[in-house]
Amino acid sequence: MTKNQALYEYALRLGDTSLVLGHRLSEWCGHAPLLEEDIALSNMALDLIGQSRLMLAYAGTLEGKGNDEDALAYHRDARQYRNLLLAEQPNGDFGYTIARHFLLSAYLVTLYQKLTKSSDETLNGFAQKSLKEMIYHLRHASDWMLRLGDGTPESKQRVQESLDACWLFTDDFFDADAVDAILQDGTAPDLADIKTTWLVTVTSVITLAGLQIPATTNGFMRSGSRKGNHTEYLGHLLADMQFIPRAYPGTKW
Amino acid sequence: MEATVTADMLEREKAFNDRIARGEVIEPKDWMPERYRKQLIRMMSQHAHSEIVGMLPEGNWITRAPSLSRKASLLAKVQDEAGHGLYIYSATETLGVDRLELTQQFLDGNAKYSSIFNYPTLSWADIGAIGWLVDGAAIVNQTALAKCSYGPYSRAMLRICKEENFHHKQGYQILSIMMQGTAEQKEMAQDAVNRFWWPSLMMFGPSDANSPNSEELMRWKVKLHSNDDLRQRFIDRTVPQGEAIGLTFPDDKLKYSETTRSYEWGQINWDEFKAVVSGNGPCNKQRMQARKTAEENGQWVRAAAEAYAAKHYN
Repeated sequence: MTKNQALYEYALRLGDTSLVLGHRLSEWCGHAPLLEEDIALSNMALDLIGQSRLMLAYAGTLEGKGNDEDALAYHRDARQYRNLLLAEQPNGDFGYTIARHFLLSAYLVTLYQKLTKSSDETLNGFAQKSLKEMIYHLRHASDWMLRLGDGTPESKQRVQESLDACWLFTDDFFDADAVDAILQDGTAPDLADIKTTWLVTVTSVITLAGLQIPATTNGFMRSGSRKGNHTEYLGHLLADMQFIPRAYPGTKW
Repeated sequence: MEATVTADMLEREKAFNDRIARGEVIEPKDWMPERYRKQLIRMMSQHAHSEIVGMLPEGNWITRAPSLSRKASLLAKVQDEAGHGLYIYSATETLGVDRLELTQQFLDGNAKYSSIFNYPTLSWADIGAIGWLVDGAAIVNQTALAKCSYGPYSRAMLRICKEENFHHKQGYQILSIMMQGTAEQKEMAQDAVNRFWWPSLMMFGPSDANSPNSEELMRWKVKLHSNDDLRQRFIDRTVPQGEAIGLTFPDDKLKYSETTRSYEWGQINWDEFKAVVSGNGPCNKQRMQARKTAEENGQWVRAAAEAYAAKHYN
């Protein structure tokens, strides 16, 4: 694998995670528990879709086959998608959405912080811009983790169950492969370092919220996003998202 | 005693009417007749509910927008509508009523919202038609309301109109690009206009002869133009825009009159209007159900937030 190919894969991972997570958040629009949350969740969805456009456009350039952001978003099937598995999980209740977003935004904040030091100019610029947005996402999700964890007995139980369910997909965040190895030349951070920082961040909030760090003693964790081994949910999400460009090929909208 | 109170009330009301006549703006702490307050609460809360229900038909296409830039702009537009709802609820609260109470009235089916949102969005072109026609009609209404006598409402309208103008351009652009596209795209765009044209005209409300609240609202300068005048203004402004991109309108009576320098047009189906207003439109039940479900599913979240606030902020 050349450096260019590794960088292409890396850009897809970032772009696809933002796109799929943004898509999930956008499904809340009009259905949130509070009007203020309709606005907040849509706003965060917009941030993520914006981030995905930057990274998919970059991936298209690196790939060099003339694919733009839309060609990559709308004309790849699930097996070609590189988003983290947690991002594609269905919204569930508001507590699940918050737990999912809490774990993912803590990860993205940690990752983007490191990427602001990347020797790759595009990744660097992307991270500078996106970090500001993700810090807000993490604050919003952490505030809700506290409210739900330390709210009512029902909310505590619900959010703990969601946290446990989401936790299964967190090994997938740190599943380093050849792509990461090639980019250890100052382009991308070491995922083992990211994991250490991420764990400190999430542990502090989970503890403060009076919740338990999910047990992983049974050892069963899901991963596979680097190879496009997704859960069944992604195909349905893409069927919805890609419907128009697939049904009317070659059209402009 | 009673006579004094009445005399005092009459005097206050006269002073209030004089202020209106001089074109003064009424602010929340100013004295106002109870009926003026009630009518404003009714109108403003209906407007706020409409913004909230209005998120649903367009929200229906957020996940299926045909490009990432369209997805982002539609999401931003629907988010603007949530913001308008919030803003108008706040403006309504200046009249001494609580947003929770207004929301409850709406969920109980005791408050109206704009009937246009009871029509389904069946294709992507409907997103264009809503932006161009529905927001276009809303702009005509709201530009008039921006000059209304109640300060908080008029200021809310000024701000909202700026955003609506942007939505209007976006909607028109969606349709114009489709009208330059394939035969299928053109057909889709025309079909959307065929379905949304008459309901958009109904957005201006009953004709003047059948508008029970109009006379009073115009006297108080809450409304500055009649429903029929605004409707005509919308038609005159919109028809040439449609023709410019090759769209037609589903009205065989529609034609420009050189004498009046205005369009003559056919007849609104008032039976359909009444049916939709009274709950029997194509999507009334789904729209109400969607809002009720959101409310019910969010109940435990709001309870948690309240419990948390009680523990930590008291």
